[in-house]
Amino acid sequence: MKIVLENLTKKFPGRNKKSKDEVIAVNNFNFEIPDGKLIGLLGPSGCGKSTALNLLCGLLAPTEGKIYFGEDEVTNLPAENRGVGFVFQNYALYPHLTVLQNIMFPLENLKGKDKLTKEQMREKALEAAKLVQIDELMDRKPGQLSGGQQQRVAIARALVKMPRVLLMDEPLSNLDARLRLQTREEISRIQKETGITTVFVTHDQEEAMSISDMIVVMKDGVIQQIGEPQKVYDEPENLFVAKFLGTPPINVFTGEIKEEKLWIGSDFCMDVEGVRNQEVYVAIRPEGFVFCQEETPERKLHCCLQAVEVMGRDISVVATHPLLENVVMRAIISSETKVDTGRKEISFELKKNKVFIFNKETEERIYLK
Amino acid sequence: MEKKEVKGWLYLLPAALFLGVFLVYPLIDVLIYSLEEGYNFASQTYFGVGLYNYSYVLHDPYFLQALKNTFILVIITVPLSTGIALLISLGLVSIQKLRDLYHTLFFLPYVTNTLAVGLVFMILFKKTPYSDGMINLLLNMVGISSVDFIDGPYWAKMFVLCFYTIWVVMPFKILILTSALASVNPLYYSAAKVDGTSRFRTFVKITLPMISPSLFYLIITGFIGAFKAYSDAVALFGTDLNAAGMNTMVGYVYDMLYGNSGGYPSYASAAAMILFMIVLTITCINLLVSKKYVHY
Repeated sequence: MKIVLENLTKKFPGRNKKSKDEVIAVNNFNFEIPDGKLIGLLGPSGCGKSTALNLLCGLLAPTEGKIYFGEDEVTNLPAENRGVGFVFQNYALYPHLTVLQNIMFPLENLKGKDKLTKEQMREKALEAAKLVQIDELMDRKPGQLSGGQQQRVAIARALVKMPRVLLMDEPLSNLDARLRLQTREEISRIQKETGITTVFVTHDQEEAMSISDMIVVMKDGVIQQIGEPQKVYDEPENLFVAKFLGTPPINVFTGEIKEEKLWIGSDFCMDVEGVRNQEVYVAIRPEGFVFCQEETPERKLHCCLQAVEVMGRDISVVATHPLLENVVMRAIISSETKVDTGRKEISFELKKNKVFIFNKETEERIYLK
Repeated sequence: MEKKEVKGWLYLLPAALFLGVFLVYPLIDVLIYSLEEGYNFASQTYFGVGLYNYSYVLHDPYFLQALKNTFILVIITVPLSTGIALLISLGLVSIQKLRDLYHTLFFLPYVTNTLAVGLVFMILFKKTPYSDGMINLLLNMVGISSVDFIDGPYWAKMFVLCFYTIWVVMPFKILILTSALASVNPLYYSAAKVDGTSRFRTFVKITLPMISPSLFYLIITGFIGAFKAYSDAVALFGTDLNAAGMNTMVGYVYDMLYGNSGGYPSYASAAAMILFMIVLTITCINLLVSKKYVHY
């Protein structure tokens, strides 16, 4: 089921009675989610991503705009008639019911021609449980399950009705690091097996990047960029997106463009043809540095070495620079490179495709020719 | 480990001592009294040991009347008051405006003196040579003739007693139930909504189990409280409850000890033991039933 959002806006009245400031949690969303894809809604806390999910689900009514599932407009349809499955952040499993009863709960609500017999319900519930691999735990209560198992039950409960759309609110945030890794692969697998269009919300960029077919990066209720994860990572449209994606985070310097040359302080970094003179932010991915063993004056970024962290496959060079916006900068380089830790001053060459330049006022990307 | 245990007992000692002196000892004493036949308070003597006291009490028409009254009171007021309190609490948690005002209004009976409330009920229900009482005036308006609720037929008196009891116990139940309802995580309702659960089913399948511990607590204390009813009847019908035919079991015990027919501690003890056994049995049944239905 394809999902289309048109001018979707949600405003909340201000908390404070004196000031009539509205909070715009979701601001004019326009995008289309293709059928059968896994979409990650990504943004920092409080950016309106959960609100967006609740709008899709029907638990909240939009202030303006329309939502379509396929060809049907569902904007004013209550949640129960939209055919959505929802996995809550805290799972919201009914604690007094067993796993089986929890999974069967949505089926027992069906009325009229959709009504199922007890046997059919049990069968469907078992099917959903098998899909998420919890069919051995059917008689337990949620309190007797681990976080990961509860999460699976919640997914099974959302899937058992074969919803048109599956929505997940921070599905992994309550799991420990190891389980998170495992569960996110699981989610990806389940989504592929069922082919249900799935939207999930997360503040963890790694999580979103790793399993989504498409990510939507949000900030303060406004969509910053939509696209395939790798594309968004490689071509961020503004400084926020560049900073938000990637671990370790991107290194941001203040720089200047003078006569089609990019300068960071007194270091000439690279040629930028056809760009007018201006002050800019220069963002460089950690993998965009090439370590120089010898001093050569041309096209180098000079930094003060602070530490070298060995991480096995790569090494991470921690350094400082007076024009750096971050506290320290990190360069990830191959572990075969020898870095003399006794040196104070080190220098890097830059990989051109890992360097992004943003206008200092608008923070919008300046594209190079 | 052992040292810890000794410490534990030591901490419990003061409470255990008090309970022993003021609860366990009197309980045993009452049991002994109830078995001593023809016990004389003044001379502290008795003729023999046996079940005569029980037999006397169980054949006493006043006791049987009190037993019947108490049972009717329990059977009517406990389910009704709990049910109505639940309805009102549901209403209270679903309104936004004036919620605090209604909370206060519903809580007022709790902080009002029983006897004062009894007086108000007298004014509402009592028929005097000068006035038929407010309720009768209302009844007359819809074409029903006056009934004397305080000195009249048995069912009318029982009605007032039940009405009064329900009204008095309601605020506490509302207090407990509103907080129980408010503590149900709203996520469960969202989840139920997404799954297309009807409101009735949500209530039965989610709300009720979630508040079942509080509900169960109210039912148990309600039973015990109703079995021990006495002051309510006094507030409405005066101290001579036997004459009014509205005596309760606790009232009977009191009368046997200090009333006009008083001075019979053996009979009073036997009646008290019977009451104790009834309350114990019903509470045990409650506990057994709750194991099946109450979710903690």
